[in-house]
Amino acid sequence: MSFLHYVIILPFIFVLLVPFLYKYFNKIHTGWFILTLPIGLFSLLMSYLPTISDGQIIKHDIGWIPSLDIHFSVYLDGLGLLFSLLITGIGSLVVLYSVYYLSKESEKLNTFYTYLLLFMGAMLGVVLSDNIIVLYLFWELTSISSFLLIAYWYKREKSRYGAQKSMLITVFGGLAMLAGFILMYIMSDTFSIREMISQIDTMSTQSLFVPAMLLILLGAFTKSAQFPFHIWLPDAMEAPTPVSAYLHSATMVKAGLYLVARFSPIFAGQGEWFWLVTGFGIVTLFWGSFNAVRQTDLKSILAFSTVSQLGMIMSLLGIGSLSVLANPTENAYFYAVATTAAIFHLINHATFKGALFMMVGIVDHETGTRDIRKLGGLMSLMPITFTIALIGTFSMAGLPPFNGFLSKEMFFTGVKNVTQAEFFNLQTWGILIPVLAWIASIFTFVYSMMIVFKTFTGKHQPEKLQKKAHEAPFGMLIPPIILVSLVIVFGIFPNILTETILLPTVTSILPSVLDGYGVVSEISHWHGWNLELFMTIGVIAIGTLLYLTMKKWKSIYKLFPDRFSFNRFYDRTLVRMEKNSNWIMRKHMTGYTRDYLVYIFSFIIMVLGYVLIKYTTFIWPAEQFLAPIQTYEWILAISTVLAAAAILKASSRLTAIILIGVVGYMVSLFFVIFRAPDLALTQLVVETISVALFLLCFYHLPELRREMRNIRFRITNLLISIGVGVIITFIALSVQGVNGLESISRYFVENSYKKAGGDNIVNVILVDFRGFDTMLEIIVLGIASLGVYSLIKLRLEGRDSIHENK
Amino acid sequence: MEVLMSVVIGLLFTIGTYLLLTRTLLRIILGTSLLSHGAHLLLITMAGLKTGAPPILNEGVTEYVDPLPQALILTSIVISFGVTSFFLVLAYRAYKELGTDDMDRLRGNDHE
Repeated sequence: MSFLHYVIILPFIFVLLVPFLYKYFNKIHTGWFILTLPIGLFSLLMSYLPTISDGQIIKHDIGWIPSLDIHFSVYLDGLGLLFSLLITGIGSLVVLYSVYYLSKESEKLNTFYTYLLLFMGAMLGVVLSDNIIVLYLFWELTSISSFLLIAYWYKREKSRYGAQKSMLITVFGGLAMLAGFILMYIMSDTFSIREMISQIDTMSTQSLFVPAMLLILLGAFTKSAQFPFHIWLPDAMEAPTPVSAYLHSATMVKAGLYLVARFSPIFAGQGEWFWLVTGFGIVTLFWGSFNAVRQTDLKSILAFSTVSQLGMIMSLLGIGSLSVLANPTENAYFYAVATTAAIFHLINHATFKGALFMMVGIVDHETGTRDIRKLGGLMSLMPITFTIALIGTFSMAGLPPFNGFLSKEMFFTGVKNVTQAEFFNLQTWGILIPVLAWIASIFTFVYSMMIVFKTFTGKHQPEKLQKKAHEAPFGMLIPPIILVSLVIVFGIFPNILTETILLPTVTSILPSVLDGYGVVSEISHWHGWNLELFMTIGVIAIGTLLYLTMKKWKSIYKLFPDRFSFNRFYDRTLVRMEKNSNWIMRKHMTGYTRDYLVYIFSFIIMVLGYVLIKYTTFIWPAEQFLAPIQTYEWILAISTVLAAAAILKASSRLTAIILIGVVGYMVSLFFVIFRAPDLALTQLVVETISVALFLLCFYHLPELRREMRNIRFRITNLLISIGVGVIITFIALSVQGVNGLESISRYFVENSYKKAGGDNIVNVILVDFRGFDTMLEIIVLGIASLGVYSLIKLRLEGRDSIHENK
Repeated sequence: MEVLMSVVIGLLFTIGTYLLLTRTLLRIILGTSLLSHGAHLLLITMAGLKTGAPPILNEGVTEYVDPLPQALILTSIVISFGVTSFFLVLAYRAYKELGTDDMDRLRGNDHE
């Protein structure tokens, strides 16, 4: 167990403490205790930063299920460290924020922090695991904890709906990913990502390579809410705002990006990889920002904005993968700038989006609504919140001097460079990428302006608000203030990030390209009057114009009727699936004993028949081994069958009982012929008692009725019965065909007298050699007789007591 | 003889199965009885018929019929007797309590 293992396990240990903390220290908000964990982990992880910046890698293994090649191995490189710092850093701020957001009087804090810690541990597990099966395990755990957190206010129907939706979509993707992982294992014979990377050359030529890639991407796209799987994210906003800020903006939804980045060393350079990652990313970027503008709920705007920004980072990762193909090598940075931009923007997004979510939470908390139609003019009432919103949105819109400006410029550089690539048909289609990116950026600008100006400027409408608006408590403002300070710091001094964390992270994403250092250049604010700057100026100009004239063009959203939306499709599919499975269930689970017996017997016929035919086990018995038949034996056989057949036609109870008795006595006659005196005697006795018992019971039972069944029903029954009979006959005959196997009963014949002192071999077997079996048999009889007794007895007593009660 | 017995066994199984698939409790119990008869005969036929003297040690006899299936069948006869009697009482009780011996009506309500 190394320290890194404890980083993953500690949150789970804390989970166990939460109920006690909640119960015994209920005077203090539970969040204060929880806060120590992410802060502690964050500072400890920070101590690894110099080592990782140096280009070193830390790896520790513990065998978990070694026989299946599953090891709990942790692996800390730039990428892993960046994500774990995000998880613990944002986690600390979110926990602090939640202390003020969730009141300890009215909310169930113990469940909230249990789920939150579960998530934290699971997420750390995802980004630190090297073994993909372990990674998958933690991956699904994040889905589950996200489900629980979205449904935190489970009494609201929308919360449950959103939780179920996110669960279904992300777990569907997770399962696809698992299938992809298994394919990877088949190709590489290892579950370790490290070892897979070392055998890319042999893997990439295999036919399973592309299917594995598609399945893994499906997992990443569903988790990171890429188009068209993005529909779960807006509905997930029913979660408490700290959760939205943490899971659904800063960390969990970035797990998909992490996965793409993690598998880049394996898949980069493949045409399918580039087009899927970039294509889905760009479309998501556009669709998310385009739809954000039509929202009226602040959190919905942020949700679509998150979708869009995730798409942007996704597309950058796709573009960055081109650098593997770039030739000559010094050209690699030309495309690798996109990867650098992706990581840089990932950090920036966590800072400004986290701050914005917290800001919206404050507005919601202090005014009682998030609807921009009701809000307005809060600037003078909530000046600090306004400042936070201003910095956050300006950074998101890509305005200088904030960090969002820098990463957006790099983004433009990245998409511009794509047009010059000479592979994967980029000469013709590549131009679409910068165009879509630019249009999306305009919409990003528009909704950013909406967030800040619709909320804080304009006319204040106190009559529409549930509460009297005022500034939030100081503690609630601290986390977003810290985040916007980072927005400014990273914006002015971006290079404190380059060498420390960007370089090692990009190195772990593109190891083959960036073996030599120095390819990540300094990030500067001023590049001269180049295309990127003009693109930004265009965004601002057209964006401002669109924002001001929004009323005039908003009707274009009516072009997309709700009826054809992906949400409707999801809802309809869900309803249809429920209906169909219900139908299938009702169709075969009828409740009729007869139907279940039909299934069982058909199965017997099919399996045994298959074996008989497939393995040609049927051999006709050889004549010389067969016993001769006497005339009276013919008579016996025929009368047995006739008596049995007559039961079918018997119209009275008495006839049926007598006929079953006839069959029983015939069987005992058979035993006489077959030299089994003990059997014959027992059968006679048992048959006599049975008939007596039948008569006794049927005295109380109703008269036999004719079976009222339609003809098809009877024919099925008949066919199945004949099938069973034929199969049994063939089995009996096949047994005779197989002669030459020595019977084990010679032992009993030889030792019956010698060891047990008995002449009757059958009796000796029963009471001596297999004495225990007989004893258990007696126990069975005892249980049966107890059952019989109590069934008769209990009824009477039960009736009596009911009467007494009345 | 074995071939004849195989056919008899098959027919017993056919009739027993058919009775099991009906919906009167009484016929179902009779069906189980026939099935166990069939199974017993199958067991004893498997070992080969009339291959020696009855399995009771005697001076000068060297060949006996196989005693093992007989021991098995003996156990089975007794067990199936126990099961049949339990089944009978169960049917009797079910009829008394519920007023029907029709399996279709004993299946409970539709969809709870």
